[in-house]
Amino acid sequence: MPINVKSAGLATTIQDLGRPGYYHLGIPMGGAMDRLALRAANLLVGNDEGAACLEAVFMGPALEFTQDTWIAVTGGELPPMIDGEVQETWTTLKIKKGQTLTFDYIRSGARAYIAVAGGIDTPLALGSRSTYAIGALGGVDGRAIMAGDSLPIGAHSGSVKEGASVPDALRRAPGKPAELRVLPGLYWHRMTEAAGEQFFKDTWKVALEADRMGYRFQGGTPVEFVDREPPFGAGSDPSNITDACYPYGSIQIPGGTEPIVLHRDAVSGGGYFMMGTVISADMDLIGQLQPHTLTKFIKVNMHTALSARRDRAALIQSIRDTLR
Amino acid sequence: MSLRYTFGGDEHIFVEVSEEMSLEAFFMALSMTNAVRDADIRGVTEICPANASFQIKFNPDLVHPDDLMAELKRMQEVADKSEPVLNTRVIEIPVYYQDPWTHETLMRFRERHQDPDSTDIEYAARINNYASVEDFIEAHSGSPWFVSMVGFVSGLPFLYQMVDRARQIQVPKYLRPRTDTPKLTVGYGGCFSCVYSVRGAGGYQMFGVTPMPIYDPTQQTPYLKDFMVFFRPGDIVKWKPIDREEYDRNLAEVEAGTYEPRIRDVVFSLDDFNKDIDGTNAKILEVLNAD
Repeated sequence: MPINVKSAGLATTIQDLGRPGYYHLGIPMGGAMDRLALRAANLLVGNDEGAACLEAVFMGPALEFTQDTWIAVTGGELPPMIDGEVQETWTTLKIKKGQTLTFDYIRSGARAYIAVAGGIDTPLALGSRSTYAIGALGGVDGRAIMAGDSLPIGAHSGSVKEGASVPDALRRAPGKPAELRVLPGLYWHRMTEAAGEQFFKDTWKVALEADRMGYRFQGGTPVEFVDREPPFGAGSDPSNITDACYPYGSIQIPGGTEPIVLHRDAVSGGGYFMMGTVISADMDLIGQLQPHTLTKFIKVNMHTALSARRDRAALIQSIRDTLR
Repeated sequence: MSLRYTFGGDEHIFVEVSEEMSLEAFFMALSMTNAVRDADIRGVTEICPANASFQIKFNPDLVHPDDLMAELKRMQEVADKSEPVLNTRVIEIPVYYQDPWTHETLMRFRERHQDPDSTDIEYAARINNYASVEDFIEAHSGSPWFVSMVGFVSGLPFLYQMVDRARQIQVPKYLRPRTDTPKLTVGYGGCFSCVYSVRGAGGYQMFGVTPMPIYDPTQQTPYLKDFMVFFRPGDIVKWKPIDREEYDRNLAEVEAGTYEPRIRDVVFSLDDFNKDIDGTNAKILEVLNAD
């Protein structure tokens, strides 16, 4: 029995853990921007951790349920309401046939994950249900959900405990200022040594251009470049390179002014130098940054990046253990 | 060749073959990525060749970044020795140069352009010292092009002109990127042509449009039934200038599901090409037009 979309919210898309394997053709892996939150939402309703959920940005949708089932809302603090009554986030909730799920104003973060027992069961596209709107792939006809859509729900076989909840200590949210750890590299040498140091000293601010493709930051010092003769094919601007691949999380600074961190729906390549890459453990945090959030970039080495990755994996394991 | 290896965070290794674009650099990137694919290394999840560089994505839980880095460096010896010969295909892509749709779009974004008083193609013709737009179109469509990268967004090909460097067209990108580009626009930036696979933002100059879809997520287009993306790195492309009448005819065929792109198998040898560029190109076009 499907879920009826009464209103869609701002840019609510179906997301799972994405479709790796097609980046060499310009099709990004996509999937939830905050993967830990998506996994937790699915665990709360007894789904496979990678089942498809709704990713709501800043504003929630209004959804009418046509059968009794379980839901959970994780990620940013976007309080769910069942028939107008406010409910807990990060908690297994029961919803009845005919009831409507709406949302209160967002308190913190930027993206909430709405899991339904059984998962959203739209057709797979290249192995994933994730919506990649630029390429009209996945989701509902390759787009965000719209009022009037009817979302199919899969069969559910997992076990669920009503009121089960992820403790505060196991939820992850950006600090104040937000801190994103960066491994320098790629075309780091294009910047002067002073410019490289200054990047990490400055406090940046999330710009309005912040979406699934990438997050732009403003307010730091313009980059000073090392002089060069432009290589053939690169272009004349000092921030240009011969068009190359872009890693997920890579930080490009077009024209040397506003850094852009590429995220799950990244463009797979282009002609701007990159000065480093946000480490995999901190990618989830970016998905929870609102425009104007103060942000510091923290320089780390590979050893720290890998240990942060292990910490994040351990956190997910703790969530699994808690909900078992 | 002296390759530059660097980490892109804890999940990517990025390798720059050369700072500048050349077919030699592209072939090196392609042989390295082929070697990595053949080696089937545990933990490697994405293998992405680019114009003069390439990128490997991996899962550091399965392979330590330093170990993978060492293995890639070892592979360079194999790639260094591999023959720069490619079994590939040559494809004819019809282009309606100076079409009304890209014209309408470029007029909307004149204030973002280097030369607001001329069109993109007039500007490109002038700064590349062609006497007329017609001469420029002849140069753009006269020789074949090499697909040296597929990416940016869904299936977009970057194409490199197969002529000596002195004859290569070079055009800067827009001063500030447009927020709109018609689908299937044939564009140009730096030394690369491209075909915009989907409508969207873009910074390349706009020369025309092709009626031939190159990306179809619904896979309804007959020649995209097996896979939704048309281009592969290493494809060779020949632009065929068409007029409005032929464009409309092609488009009607596309809509009816009867359009068949002209594609022929061809062997490309970089050494032969470097010895005789025009002769090699003539042979490739002979294969394309043989029947």
